[in-house]
Amino acid sequence: MRIQCMALITCLLAGAPVYAQTYVIRNGTIMTVAKGTFVGSVVVKDGKILEAGPNVTAPVGATVIDATGAFVTPGIIDCHSHIAIENVNEGSVAVSSMVDVRDVINPEDIAIYRAMAGGVTTANILHGSANPIGGQTLVLKMRWGADAHGLIFEGAVPGIKFALGENPKRAGNPAGGLGANAATTARYPATRMGVEDVIREAFNDAKAYKSDWDAYDAAVAKGEHPIPPRKDLRLEPLKEVLEGKRYVHVHSYLADEILMILRIADDYGFKVRTLQHVLEGYKVAKEIADHDAGASTFSDWYDYKEEVRDAIPYNAAIMQKKGVVVSLNSDDPELMRHLNSEAGKAMKYGGLTADEALAMVTLNPAKQLGIDKQVGSIETGKDADLVVYDKFPLSDYARVQKVLIDGKLYFDRDKEIAGQEAKTAEMMKLIEKEKAAAARPAAGGGRGQVNP
Amino acid sequence: MVRSASLSAGSAILGPWPSHSILLFRIDLGGGVVDWFPTLMRQTVAALLLTSLGAFADDPGAMAIRNARIVTVSGPVIAKGTVVIRKGLIEAVGDGITVPPDAWIVEGDGLTVYPGLIDSLTTVGIPSLATAAAPAGGRGAAATPAVTPTDTAAAVTRSMGPEDRPRTTSWALAADEIVATDRRIATVRGAGITTTATFPMRGIFGGQGAIVDLLSDEKPAKMVVASPIGQYAAMTGGGRGGGGGGGAGFPGTTMGVISYIRQIYLDLDHYQAVKAAYARDPRGMPRPEYDRALEGIAASKRLLLPANRLVEVDRMLRFAAELKQNTVLYGGLEAYRPEVAELLKKYNTPLLVSLKFPVRVADSDPDEPGTLRALEQRDKAPSAPAALEKAGAKFALYSDGIEQPRDFQRAVKKAIDAGLSKEAALRALTLSPAEIYGVADRTGSIEKGKIANLVVTKGDLFDDATTVQMIIVDGRKYEPEPVPATGAGGRGGRGGN
Repeated sequence: MRIQCMALITCLLAGAPVYAQTYVIRNGTIMTVAKGTFVGSVVVKDGKILEAGPNVTAPVGATVIDATGAFVTPGIIDCHSHIAIENVNEGSVAVSSMVDVRDVINPEDIAIYRAMAGGVTTANILHGSANPIGGQTLVLKMRWGADAHGLIFEGAVPGIKFALGENPKRAGNPAGGLGANAATTARYPATRMGVEDVIREAFNDAKAYKSDWDAYDAAVAKGEHPIPPRKDLRLEPLKEVLEGKRYVHVHSYLADEILMILRIADDYGFKVRTLQHVLEGYKVAKEIADHDAGASTFSDWYDYKEEVRDAIPYNAAIMQKKGVVVSLNSDDPELMRHLNSEAGKAMKYGGLTADEALAMVTLNPAKQLGIDKQVGSIETGKDADLVVYDKFPLSDYARVQKVLIDGKLYFDRDKEIAGQEAKTAEMMKLIEKEKAAAARPAAGGGRGQVNP
Repeated sequence: MVRSASLSAGSAILGPWPSHSILLFRIDLGGGVVDWFPTLMRQTVAALLLTSLGAFADDPGAMAIRNARIVTVSGPVIAKGTVVIRKGLIEAVGDGITVPPDAWIVEGDGLTVYPGLIDSLTTVGIPSLATAAAPAGGRGAAATPAVTPTDTAAAVTRSMGPEDRPRTTSWALAADEIVATDRRIATVRGAGITTTATFPMRGIFGGQGAIVDLLSDEKPAKMVVASPIGQYAAMTGGGRGGGGGGGAGFPGTTMGVISYIRQIYLDLDHYQAVKAAYARDPRGMPRPEYDRALEGIAASKRLLLPANRLVEVDRMLRFAAELKQNTVLYGGLEAYRPEVAELLKKYNTPLLVSLKFPVRVADSDPDEPGTLRALEQRDKAPSAPAALEKAGAKFALYSDGIEQPRDFQRAVKKAIDAGLSKEAALRALTLSPAEIYGVADRTGSIEKGKIANLVVTKGDLFDDATTVQMIIVDGRKYEPEPVPATGAGGRGGRGGN
């Protein structure tokens, strides 16, 4: 095997800019998730996985990443996150499907870098759960340094967030924490039955809207020139749901509300793509599997609010065994940084194998998001989204050493540590400069803000 | 008459044609004194004039500033030249101009004449918006938007969606709201600002701006130079976007505002299609509803969108391209980052840069310096105009609520100290905003035929020691307001012994 290190050295010296190179990650324990685990190498070229196996042919000029004693996994995929966006909830209305988190992507959210440094390469970025029908959602890659559109996972089906249970009705409940303003600011619905009603009414509207547009499209096809119906951004994404062009991600906890949303979907002829949280999913796992809905849940979080009293840590394993595609998510920028150890808990609770557990934060969420052709496992032709851990990845002791996304090195622990001193120095310099300026009399400044 | 006080003080007021002005016979500037009548006659003639102003209303008087340094902005600096003003316009400018025999003369030795400054985004002229001088989406980040009758009405019936046209007064015209009695007019004029791009900054779509000449004691009709010049838009939601209820209703977040704006542009397309169909053949067709919000959007020559951070610049430029709407960005906090200028050039969009540069909040915890980004913003924001100049991006400067001339001057000086050339600073406050708003054919530089908006200084305009001697608006002369003894921006240690 021919090894050339020049490219690696150049890259480290150059610092920030990331660009696709040819890499050979050599002599590590490769956990492919889809094709077993072996000691061997992964070859990365043009942003894709060229080859993975015990013996590979390294292309000339490839940069070698020595993974001796280390573990290589597919990049972690978080199926439920709210990072990298500047708003989460448009909670003013019960149906806020007109808003799209795509419009408020913040590529400079430090949580992106931190998640990526925790091995996450892809995340499903969701609207919040303030309303029965929330905003539009999308899948991002953690390409730290790219602009807003540079983060978007090309080709991933966009989604929409629905929410059931306590959160969406809290805003309508005079006792829901709104205090003295409750009378003027409360909004429908205030009950769980109201939540169902809102969703059904919205789909009634969407069906009527769709038939208007279908009639218009048919007329145009016949060569007529009618005035098009008014384009309604609230109903447009629901029309896409009815047409199967947009995934529905439903925030849900209790068994009854899970069955309720599956019935609505059946009644109106759409599919629930994923149930999110779904902590009582183990009670209705068969029904979830029959609907072909994915379940994205927490590992062992329970009793943090009324509707999670019956949560059990075996939930993920039970649903999996009943035939549901299950993923483990974070819903939190901190938890997002160690989803690998969250997956490990599924081995303890439910006795899953390492591969099955790891799949819950890689291949399974990829399936749920319809991106398993591109990511989720280490297979030839897939995106080179790879994580190098120093220890067995499903352990609390494992730490991320390197992260590649699209074959580019986005995180390198050594480089990160080496750069920290310079960053601190830069910060101290600015603080001192500001202090010095403040000490001078009459340092200019805008009016309305007093100089320190 | 208010002006009689300045008459006896020996200072000059010129501009004989409008009924409210008074002729004056002794011009004393920069040491040069010209006596037009024997001293004994002065009071008599003045009294005569005061009683017969009407007779002089159409007097084609002229004024000449001679032997002054003239910074034309549109052309080279004239080291020693003359500007002749007649009927509110610049009649002639150059070195070697013959002063017309009927012109009052100002001896300009030691003085510099600049075009009047243009504040490219403000509410000056609309006194009810004075408290919300900082645009909601701009640097000042005013926590409480101005309450207008419209806002109050909106709060009572909570907006339930885009159809309720939340916080929208797109049809409102600044030109209809301008009054000469706004106390800020005389104040900001002291900084040499003769002209403003005044916008009704309210809600999401505030309404149409106007180019306004800052005259005092004048009919609003005389002040408006151009209207409408564009639609002011802000991105701030009504609050309570978070898990709770609706608060002020939809939209409560930036993404809500964006979806609302997107919807209103879609509605406009549909509205125009339906209206056109109805106009072709109204018989048998339901009459389309009149929608004043959409009429206001349709009349918008350009849309002003807020963008401070690089992320917002990128977001708003993409959004404007999607709307196919001619756009001007305002804010520019992070325009020191080279990507901003590149984006502005790529989308061929100008940026109005706020002069309210961020400073560390007084009494903030010394152990909490904030993020590296916040530190960088406070350090580098004043270098944003310099970065835009170097990159060749189109930009103008705006006061963002700074009122006191000294504060305004200091803010510009700060940008100059951070690398902005004096020429570019002046251009960003004169010809560039005039070009951005499409009024460079009539104002923004000292050229023959343009409006006589001038500022005359002793010293370089933005220097610390410079004093503004007179401001000429529409050919009428004003003096800076006396600096308040304990002004907000006053230097420490004033007074004493």
